[in-house]
Amino acid sequence: MHGHISSPATFIKTFIILLILMAVTVLVATKDLGWLNTPIAMAIAICKTAFVVLFFMGLKYSSRLSQVWAGVGLLFFIILIGLTIPDYLTRHDLPGWSE
Amino acid sequence: MSAVAEPKTEKNYLNVDYSIKSWLTTLDHKRIGILYLVAITIFFMVGGFMALLIRTELATPQGDLLSSDQYNRAFTMHGVVLIFFFLLPSTPAVLGNFLLPIMIGARDVAFPKLNLASWYAFMIGGTLGVISLVLGGIDTGWTFYAPYSSNFSNTPVVWAIAGAFVAGFGNIATAVNFIVTIHKMRAPGLTWFRLPLFVWAQYATAVIGVLGTPVIAITIFLVAFERLTGMGIFDPARGGDPILMQHLFWFYSHPAVYIMILPAMGVTSEMIAAASQKRVFGYEFVAFSSLAIAIIGFLVWGHHLFVSGQSVFAGLVFSVLTFIVAIPSAIKTFNWVATMYKGNLQMNTPMFWAVAFLGLFLIGGLTGLFLSSLATDIHLHDTYFVVAHFHYIMVGGAIIGFIGGLHFWWPKITGRMYPESWGKAGAIMVFTGFSLTFLPQFVLGQLGMPRRYHTYPEEFQILHVLSTGGAYLLGFAMTTIIVYLAWSAKYGKPAPPNPWKAKGLEWETPSPPPTENFTYKVVVTEPAYNYHKDSGGHH
Amino acid sequence: MSTETQEHDPLLAHQFEDVEQQTDSYVLGMWVFLVTEVLFFGGMILAFILYRNMYFPAFAEAHQKLDWRLGGVNTIVLLTSSFTMAMAVWASQKRDYGKQLMFLTITVLCALAFLVIKYFEYSAKFEHHLVPGTNFHFDGQNQNGVQLFFGLYFALTGLHGFHVLVGVLVIGVLMFRVWKLRKQEQDYVPTELVGLYWHFVDIVWIFLYPMLYLLGGVHI
Repeated sequence: MHGHISSPATFIKTFIILLILMAVTVLVATKDLGWLNTPIAMAIAICKTAFVVLFFMGLKYSSRLSQVWAGVGLLFFIILIGLTIPDYLTRHDLPGWSE
Repeated sequence: MSAVAEPKTEKNYLNVDYSIKSWLTTLDHKRIGILYLVAITIFFMVGGFMALLIRTELATPQGDLLSSDQYNRAFTMHGVVLIFFFLLPSTPAVLGNFLLPIMIGARDVAFPKLNLASWYAFMIGGTLGVISLVLGGIDTGWTFYAPYSSNFSNTPVVWAIAGAFVAGFGNIATAVNFIVTIHKMRAPGLTWFRLPLFVWAQYATAVIGVLGTPVIAITIFLVAFERLTGMGIFDPARGGDPILMQHLFWFYSHPAVYIMILPAMGVTSEMIAAASQKRVFGYEFVAFSSLAIAIIGFLVWGHHLFVSGQSVFAGLVFSVLTFIVAIPSAIKTFNWVATMYKGNLQMNTPMFWAVAFLGLFLIGGLTGLFLSSLATDIHLHDTYFVVAHFHYIMVGGAIIGFIGGLHFWWPKITGRMYPESWGKAGAIMVFTGFSLTFLPQFVLGQLGMPRRYHTYPEEFQILHVLSTGGAYLLGFAMTTIIVYLAWSAKYGKPAPPNPWKAKGLEWETPSPPPTENFTYKVVVTEPAYNYHKDSGGHH
Repeated sequence: MSTETQEHDPLLAHQFEDVEQQTDSYVLGMWVFLVTEVLFFGGMILAFILYRNMYFPAFAEAHQKLDWRLGGVNTIVLLTSSFTMAMAVWASQKRDYGKQLMFLTITVLCALAFLVIKYFEYSAKFEHHLVPGTNFHFDGQNQNGVQLFFGLYFALTGLHGFHVLVGVLVIGVLMFRVWKLRKQEQDYVPTELVGLYWHFVDIVWIFLYPMLYLLGGVHI
């Protein structure tokens, strides 16, 4: 992190990629791909986030500690949803849970 | 002992400036710790008064002192005030603020202004909580379960929620501050495995604070949002799911129990090492068990939902995970006992508190295993067994650890010794009063007495009267402690820098410490608790 | 960046030993704070995932009530602001305070444009009685699900909008500071920290846009 200054070229490239991904996600939404709709939209969003985090926020060049903490945030968000959703998936007799 | 002859000559953090303004605008972590201590003592007395109201009502089977509605408000405000405005900030914000930078040889925390801001956030949150009390108190239980709290209760719920929400910002600010401070501000030579175990415990606590607090913030925000707008995110009548509220609530609130108990465990490690004049047995295991508790503590919240309509499968998973969290707690307990074994035991006041902590925490932890068993919990859920269990953890563990730590470091904080015989008497009275209050409640719960009722069948009266008597003894003991500690802060015997012959950077600087903590550049060259070299203490 | 550390460096706060320790501390503190923000929005995103599965037809219907074009314009606006924010950090590191102020100005203008568009979207929802509460009105059997969708829509975008508003204020203060001290050597860290916060606000929207606007399908 010390001394590392990303060049404007990196930012411009990142920006263009983000705009392209944005166009892709809208274009994909015009087609009905069945159960794939949600995973594809989320995959593109995760991809965009990765570009923002790694280059705009410079996590790629940050200290190991910052990288670990960013990972911890992601991990505990996964724990939050990962331990809650199984409850709902195994609650078959709950009215309204038919989808 | 030249300090007796000329107590005023040395400048320290207390006598550097006496004005009120200098206190309310201070950026000194030690003074901010004192600000927290004063504030939470007031909340402690409010919450303690509520406890005595509850216990007085329960002395007779009839509802004669309080109506059912007043009783609901009394136990809710007891919980809200003591959890959000006393226990959560107690050991981290008072002892942690005061000691953490000194223990790691730093001049201050990483972000002093943020530290002061956290106290103001806490005070604003506390004031909002007091407003809800003045408006009559709320009756939802401290858990704010929806949809009762959002669409049905006729009490000022939003004020209490706003109070807990804003105070949460204070907790997050303190946690961020401690994490960065421990990572970045350690003195040269002070590696992670040379840190006092109190610092490890504070780090684990801060991790929980950072990861959990935002989730309860959004949960109670949605409850307030639902109450204000009339939509139904958690209201089944409008399609919402109340169990989701409980999931989100306990994702924070179960780890929050570890926010309360982990720092008290850190205090206990320090007190036992000093009073045994020995390095803590299995230092690395005790250190890592703090982190293990912090992480595993996030995987067990569903045990609060065993009878709430959660699926049986999820209940099973959470039950098994809950058993696992007992392992690091047991590691700590065994290692503390092993530390005392063949130690040069000093039966001083801190040791009395440490032993009280050990015994009560053991009972609290083991009864937790009863409750984490699915089938047993069906019988015990929402009975006095649960009430007794979590009071053993939160009072017998967290509060006793906090008060013990207050005694241990009181000479450092105030520069004065408290009367030793009063200190021991206080510990004995608290232990006796506490046990008398809560041991009968295990029996009551197992006999089927549900929590949160203000009347009960006559055959339960003898156990309830014992419990009420214990509560009065506990109240008397706490009052005594507050009085003699306050007295000793002004009139106590001046304290030497290291009254317990303990190891640790905080004992190498004067009592009370100077504003910049150390008058010399700190460089650490030895491991923590390096007692064996000169087991009779140094100097 | 200067690596030498003087005893009385005016850019060094008293509690730190050197500039490196100070920079590391501030950046780490910001990342830890952003972790709390992830979990703050995470709780609501969990609610959205669960209710979308419980009320799938209702959510599909409710998606259509949002204008994907306005949301798309707002996405472009925020991505642009993130880009100019990154450029502002770069300018600050290069000590080109004129350029830094220009980039920050564009960032603030984008943020304000975002809020104006959001305002128009919100007022349309009020007119169509799609705001949860007593005023809510929706014909058909999916009433509960649609109301839940809009409850979460307003909670999510409202809190995100609040973060944008806070961002505008913080960037405004930063611009004033940079302008006031434009003749001196300045620490780039405040800009870096504001930048990290701002990029996070952008990331939240990167998820909210497909979740709220696109998942029901788009008809051009």
